[in-house]
Amino acid sequence: MYDGGKIITGLIIGVVLLTYPVWSNLGKAASKPDIKLPVKEKLCVESKDYMRNKHMQVLDIWRDSAVRAAKRVYVTEDGRAYEMSLQNTCMSQNCHAKKTEFCDQCHNYTGVRPYCWDCHIPPKEKK
Amino acid sequence: MLGLSYPTEGEEVMGVNRRRFLEIAGVSMLAFGASPVTEVLAEEELGFTLPETIFHFFKKPVGAVGREALKAKRWAMVVDAGQLDEEIAAACREVCHKVHNVPHIDNPKHEIKWIWEEDYEHTFTDQQHELISDEIKKLPFLVLCNNCLNPPCVRVCPTKATFKRKTDGIVMMDMHRCIGCRFCMAACPYGSRSFNWVDPRKYLPAEENWDNPEYPTRMKGVVEKCTFCVERLAKGLIPACVEVAQDLAKKKGRKPALIFGDLEDPNSEVRQVLRSNYSIRRKPTLGTNPNVYYIV
Repeated sequence: MYDGGKIITGLIIGVVLLTYPVWSNLGKAASKPDIKLPVKEKLCVESKDYMRNKHMQVLDIWRDSAVRAAKRVYVTEDGRAYEMSLQNTCMSQNCHAKKTEFCDQCHNYTGVRPYCWDCHIPPKEKK
Repeated sequence: MLGLSYPTEGEEVMGVNRRRFLEIAGVSMLAFGASPVTEVLAEEELGFTLPETIFHFFKKPVGAVGREALKAKRWAMVVDAGQLDEEIAAACREVCHKVHNVPHIDNPKHEIKWIWEEDYEHTFTDQQHELISDEIKKLPFLVLCNNCLNPPCVRVCPTKATFKRKTDGIVMMDMHRCIGCRFCMAACPYGSRSFNWVDPRKYLPAEENWDNPEYPTRMKGVVEKCTFCVERLAKGLIPACVEVAQDLAKKKGRKPALIFGDLEDPNSEVRQVLRSNYSIRRKPTLGTNPNVYYIV
């Protein structure tokens, strides 16, 4: 083999670079999402499990209802009424007042980037 | 594809040919590679099955109309040009753009406008001639989306992002659906629509100091326009521009320059004003049937 040394060194460097993400993270686990629940408000519009699995469906139904059907009040099964608004209800100062401590925790962990915040204004957070 | 390469009758059954080997190897690699992902995802029961996520899209919106919401069959606005002056017109434009986080962009090619001042010649392009009286030539007019009864923008929208609300006739924008094709802008004969050529947030007050933190901004690549303040109507408030015009009229001891109400209700304020004044609409011959009337 001509230039065997160079080829093999090149191959080794190539393999090391290609597998860098694998071995550099070996044995390390990303820290678990640390969600801080609202202090003042104890009750969400739906149960915790339901919201955990279906908050995106809830928000999708809300946006269609508010924007397209002009129905902006969400009535829960036990009769509580909420304004259908991500920005003014979910993220109000009484509820999830800090996006970085709630939404971002799981979304960053799972590498999800919802485009809500391209337009909707997240609550003001003191740094 | 896999099924096709099973040995047919008469072929040697025991031997695995090269193609078959590569197929098995490939599928095993995929299965092996995907297994960590499926394991993680299977850790917690997802709680909904595939059909439900599909049916979700056919679900009718739930919810109710708030008790305090203002209701009408056909919202309309009357602009009384005789009561307008530059101060009132500017105040109306400013409050609208503040309430809706509309950015101020100097470049006229990029600017965003929901309501703005215009002269007679440019408001009533098909009803003007060079000998119009000086008094009328000088009058400021306010122009905005006409929320037409027969809106051409709605007809051309390929995604139904802009649509006519059946309940009260407001021509709405669903920013979630807008793909930025600008057909609606080509269709609108009044130039009421603006396209976000640049990220509007760059032109709004520095972050965390929004003009109205309760109203969303828009993003680059969507079309926006006046919506007769639907978000305020839902809370029982009249449009911001009308409110300001009425406040200023009170201060100046004049009649309000903007009047808002239900056109289908014969006793509404708009109907009373239209009954007792001569009014015109913009480009009536196009058949769009505007819901903004002008008293000249």
